[in-house]
Amino acid sequence: MAPQPRRRLRDSDLLWRFRRSPVAIGAVTLAAGIILAALMAPWLAPHDPRDLASVSLLDASDPPAWLDGGSWQYPLGTDGQGRDVLSAILFGARLSLTVGVAAVAIAVVVGVGLGLLAGWRGGIADSAIMRLADVQLSFPAILIALLIDGVARSVLPRHAQSETAAAVLIAAIASSFWVQYARTVRGLTLVERGKEYIQAARVSGVRPAAIVLGHLLPNVMGPVLVLATINLALAILTEATLSFLGVGLPPTQPSLGTLIRVGDDFLLSGDWWIAIFPGLVLAGLILSVNLIGDWLRETLDPRLRGT
Amino acid sequence: MIAFLLHRLCQGVLVLLAIALIAFALFNYVGDPVSGIAGQDAGLADRARLRQELGLDDGVAIRFGRFVAGLARGDFGVSYQEARPVGQIIREKLPATLELSAVAALIAAAAGVPLGIYTALHRRGRLARALLALSLMGVSLPTFLIGILLILVFSVWLRWLPSFGRGGVVAIGWWTTGLLTVAGWRAILLPALTLALFQTALIMRLVRAEMIEVLRADFIRFGRARGLTARALNFGHALKNILVPVITIGGLQLGSTIAFAIITETVFQWPGMGLMFIQAVTFADIPIMAAYLVLVGLFFVTINLTTDLLYLAIDPRLRVERARIGFG
Repeated sequence: MAPQPRRRLRDSDLLWRFRRSPVAIGAVTLAAGIILAALMAPWLAPHDPRDLASVSLLDASDPPAWLDGGSWQYPLGTDGQGRDVLSAILFGARLSLTVGVAAVAIAVVVGVGLGLLAGWRGGIADSAIMRLADVQLSFPAILIALLIDGVARSVLPRHAQSETAAAVLIAAIASSFWVQYARTVRGLTLVERGKEYIQAARVSGVRPAAIVLGHLLPNVMGPVLVLATINLALAILTEATLSFLGVGLPPTQPSLGTLIRVGDDFLLSGDWWIAIFPGLVLAGLILSVNLIGDWLRETLDPRLRGT
Repeated sequence: MIAFLLHRLCQGVLVLLAIALIAFALFNYVGDPVSGIAGQDAGLADRARLRQELGLDDGVAIRFGRFVAGLARGDFGVSYQEARPVGQIIREKLPATLELSAVAALIAAAAGVPLGIYTALHRRGRLARALLALSLMGVSLPTFLIGILLILVFSVWLRWLPSFGRGGVVAIGWWTTGLLTVAGWRAILLPALTLALFQTALIMRLVRAEMIEVLRADFIRFGRARGLTARALNFGHALKNILVPVITIGGLQLGSTIAFAIITETVFQWPGMGLMFIQAVTFADIPIMAAYLVLVGLFFVTINLTTDLLYLAIDPRLRVERARIGFG
C-alpha cells in the first residue's frame, strides 16, 4: 500500500468520506448495534440462559411472539429446552465477538512481530518465517484451524475439553491468520527501512529495538489495521463454522455457531426460529464488518479511489 | 525456469514430508496404539509381544520410514472407531465427495462465467449491480447457513427435496454413484447448490474483473476501430483472452472446495470424506485424521504444482501473486 498522509489530515478526510457513503453508515450502524447489544447482554437479555431455575420445559419450542402460540415473554421463541432464543443470541454474540477479537489480536501481535523480525533482520529468520508462511498460505485458513483444533482435542484429556474449548479455538484461529500480517508487515518493512527517517535514527545512535518499535512500527500499522477489520469478519465466521461443525464451543457455553448447530436439530420438525435467528444475527455481523473493511480499504488506499 | 520448477517441486516434496511427519507424530505420541488394539485386559507379556510385532521397539527414523512407505502403498492403518482399515473406509467415502464436488463445480462454471460476462458488459446496469451485491453476500455468508436455509425452504416447507444422505446409489465395482438414479439426483441437488454458491460468486467476480481489464486493452480498441461487431469483440477476442487465467485461478480455488465440502457434508449428512474427517476429529480417531491430512496435503501440493506449470505455459511473467485471491 502507498504511504499514508499525516494523521490529522487523514482523520478528517476519513470522516468526510464516511459521511458521504450510505453503505458505510449503514454497515457501521448495524455492526455497532449488534456489538453494543452483545456487550450489554446481561442487562438487555430478558432471561439469563445460564440460570437453569428460570427455564421451564413447559415453555419448550415456543414460536416467536408474533406467531400463533408465541408470547412476548419470549420475543423470538424458545429452544427445545425452554430457553429464551433472544437471550441466548445476545450472550452467544458476546462469545462469538470475544473469540473473534481475541484471535485477531493474537494473530496481529504474532504476525506483526514475525513480519518485523523477517523484514528487519533478513537472513535465516526471514527465509524460515516466509517459507512457513508460503506453506500455510497454500491451504485454506479454515482447514488449518480445523486441524489445530482436532490435534488439540486428541492431545487434551476429555474432561478438560469444555473448559479449554475457547482457548483452543482462539489459538487455532489465530495460528491460521498470522501469515497475512507477517507478509504485509515484512513487505512494508523492506520498503520503510531504506527511508531517510530510519537512516537518520540509526545515525543518531538510537538502539535497533527502539527504531523498530518507535519509528518503524507506527508506519506499518495502517494497512495492518485495515486487514484486521476484514479478518475480524473472517475470524467470527471461522469460529461459527467450527462451532457449527461441533469442534468449537460446547453447548454449555454456546456461541452463535453453537446455537445454529443446536437449532439445526430442530429444523426438520419445523421449529425454524431456533437456528434461523442466530443465523441472521451472524450473517448481519459478518456482512457489516466485511463492508466496513472493504470501505476502509478503498478509502485508505489511494490507488483504489474513484474506480 | 527449470530452476523455478525444481524449486517448487522440492518445496512440494518438503511440504508432503512435513505433513507426513505431523501425521506420524499424531500416530505415535497421541494415545497408545497397543492399548487401542489389545484392549484393557491384555497382560504385560501380550503387550510387549504386540509392541514388537507392530515394530514399535524400533528407532524413530526406522518407524518414520516404514510409515511413509506404508502411506505410499495406501496403507493408512486401522480406524479406532470402526476397527477397519482406513484405506477401505476412504475408498467408500471418496466417490460421494468427488461426485458432490464435480456437480458443484459444473454448476459454478455454468452459472459463474455467463454472470461474470454479463456484469462486465453492463457495468452500470441495475441488474448487474444487484448481481454484484448478491455475489458479495455469496462470498461472505457462512456456507452452513446457506445450507440450512435451503433445507428449511426446499425440504421442510416445500417438501420437494430430501435434506440428508445420498438417495439411491448404484455400485460400479468399488465406486458407488448416485448420478444414475432419480433419488440420487434429488439428493445431490441441495448440497451441490450450497457448495456451488461460493464458487459461483467467486468465478463471477473473477470473470468480471478480467473481462473489464481485457476490454480496456489496445487490441480490443483496435478491433473496434476496424469495425468488428461487439459480439465478435466480446466473445471472439475478449472472452478467449480471459479464459486461461480464469481456468488457472479457478483450478487453484478448487482447493478451497475441500474446506467447504467438510461444512456442506456436515449440514446435509452427506457420507463423504469431509463428514468422515469431522467425525474423526470429534472422536479423536487419529488414523483417519492422519490419512485425511496426508491426502489433503497431496491434493493441495498437486494443485499448486499444476497451477505453477500452467502459469509457466501461459504467462512467462509468472503471475504468482494473482493466484492468491479469495478465501484465505
